[in-house]
Amino acid sequence: MKHEYLLEARHVTKYFPITTGLFNRVVGHVKAVDDVSLGIRSGETFGLVGESGCGKSTLARVLLKLKKATGGDIRFEGRDIEQVSSSDLRKLRQEMQIIFQDPFGSLNPRFLIKDVIAEPLRTHRKMSAKEIDYRVVELMELVGLDVSRRNRYPHEFSGGQRQRVGIARAIALNPKFIVADEAVSALDVSVQSQVLNLLQKLQKDLGLTYLFIAHGLNVVRHISDRVGVMYLGKLVEVARTEELFAHPRHPYTKVLLSAIPKPSPHRTTERIILDGDVPSPANPPSGCRFHTRCPYAQEKCATAEPLLEPTGDDRQVACHFPL
Amino acid sequence: MAEKILEIRNLTTGFLTDGGMVKATDRVSLDIEKGKTLCVVGESGSGKSVTALSVMRLIEYAGGMITEGEARFDKQDLVQKSQLDMLNIRGSRIAMIFQDPMSALNPVFTVGEQIAESLRTHKRLSKKEAWRQSVDMLRRVRIPDPEIRARQYPHEMSGGMCQRVVIAMALACNPELLIADEPTSALDVTVQAQILELLLQLKQEFRMSMLLITHDMGVAAEVADRITVMYAGAVVEEGTAADIFERPRHPYTIGLLQSIPGLEGERGGELYTIRGAIPPLSNIPPGCRFHPRCLYAMDLCRTNEPPLRRSLSGHMAACWLDDTGAEDPRPGNPNNRETKVTIGNRPEVTFP
Repeated sequence: MKHEYLLEARHVTKYFPITTGLFNRVVGHVKAVDDVSLGIRSGETFGLVGESGCGKSTLARVLLKLKKATGGDIRFEGRDIEQVSSSDLRKLRQEMQIIFQDPFGSLNPRFLIKDVIAEPLRTHRKMSAKEIDYRVVELMELVGLDVSRRNRYPHEFSGGQRQRVGIARAIALNPKFIVADEAVSALDVSVQSQVLNLLQKLQKDLGLTYLFIAHGLNVVRHISDRVGVMYLGKLVEVARTEELFAHPRHPYTKVLLSAIPKPSPHRTTERIILDGDVPSPANPPSGCRFHTRCPYAQEKCATAEPLLEPTGDDRQVACHFPL
Repeated sequence: MAEKILEIRNLTTGFLTDGGMVKATDRVSLDIEKGKTLCVVGESGSGKSVTALSVMRLIEYAGGMITEGEARFDKQDLVQKSQLDMLNIRGSRIAMIFQDPMSALNPVFTVGEQIAESLRTHKRLSKKEAWRQSVDMLRRVRIPDPEIRARQYPHEMSGGMCQRVVIAMALACNPELLIADEPTSALDVTVQAQILELLLQLKQEFRMSMLLITHDMGVAAEVADRITVMYAGAVVEEGTAADIFERPRHPYTIGLLQSIPGLEGERGGELYTIRGAIPPLSNIPPGCRFHPRCLYAMDLCRTNEPPLRRSLSGHMAACWLDDTGAEDPRPGNPNNRETKVTIGNRPEVTFP
């Protein structure tokens, strides 16, 4: 059966309870992800941007079922991942993998590099030691690591090399879908470009679908086919990359784009500087969540919440007065 | 020539390791003119933070030692000062802010008390007057309701707000030079834009000079009067923002700029990469330190270290291939070669 989306989320919410006192009485909720719907097409790279605390990492973890959603449903190849049996979940886990930001914290320092890469194979596949060795060598070659260093420990590798180990581990089981959660954010520019090229090459060779989360907007623009922008737990705009960067329609997207310092001595666009801080996700503003800081806010924005609606041309925006 | 607030010459800082002395910076020379902003850019391990910490003489507390060179601040060589003398300079005449505002603040004191502390130490103000001035400083870094905020603790504030407090602390004694080490790298882009704007405004208000360290070429383009590019412990290029972004001359700078995915134009293709990796500081290649990664390396580059040479326009680069004569504002000037000045005591070799 063919589905339009490899992964589809409808009205997904994730609330974290705020508790107090001896009996952990729940006094409120942090609405980390609030009613988010999105679809990721097979073979594409979907970029997710937003500032710290906007819920982009939480959303990714909910989509992978690493965290249980509070509400809504998530379908992977048409199957509701909340409903699958535990044996099916084991299979599902092989299809979805994640690459983490911190190349230092995400590798067990007591494992040899070959064991880090072999671990998913040992867990999910019935392979002989020889077959595993063979596959590890193959994977290391695929991600551009020196095979002769497979009997070394993570601390002997540089940040960029460790990130390659993380990538080798993620593709070990031939997954269809990979979440790259700030996978290149901790790397230096010259190393970052090498890892980005690797991710693109693997996507082409292995037919992968990426959910690419990053706060570096130039990186997201480079790698993504479509981009979603999040603010305070809400998806505020989704569009094809070129269109989003050339003509942002949500005021927040516009502000975010204008804030990026550009490596050029001439500033071409006017910078919009916001006042104040991001409000608390435990007590978000009424109506449109961005209205307290929006340079274009009108009366209606404080009372009625705008929904993420299609505006044609494969684009959605959640704003009463889109630009 | 404009007056210099800081002149660093051949500053070399080493760390003693099991494998002998490792040079984290190697004969670094740079100047900051009064009232100007110099940005030092480079990747991890390029020696940009070590340079700043050496100027502040804080490197000794981090296990390093300055083995060579000088750092003249207001005609005094900071390298020769005693740590006791430095106590009177640090925080009062030269202030420094760091990347992570949360860890730069003491969690058990209110922010007002922390700003007042430096005023009481350096200006010997009364408690009441110091408090009054620290509230005033919070106002000057555009913190709303400064009287209320002064009584709050760091954990009650956001990251951007904490960085404003740190800036207020640094500027409380009206320093002549502010050293900012990655001041916005831990912040989100919209907050980063606020803080950069604030720093630029305050630089005017307080009539100070600034040394800003960043790994982000975009940040450097935004705030710098001049930019210094460092690679593996040494300065490889120096110039105005236009020099660096429009007429880069060192192959490392050129490669670095090409590796950054753009925000305009074509996208999605293969990104340019600089081949190889940054060498460990314990094993810096001989000759030009960039030569194993350089596409244009010649025999000369493998054996002789290129000096940092200045063109007539003031744009400096340390590369054998660099023909600075092309930059001469008077084309065809036969004296081009003679006008080049070698900065510092990196080996002077006649061009073959």
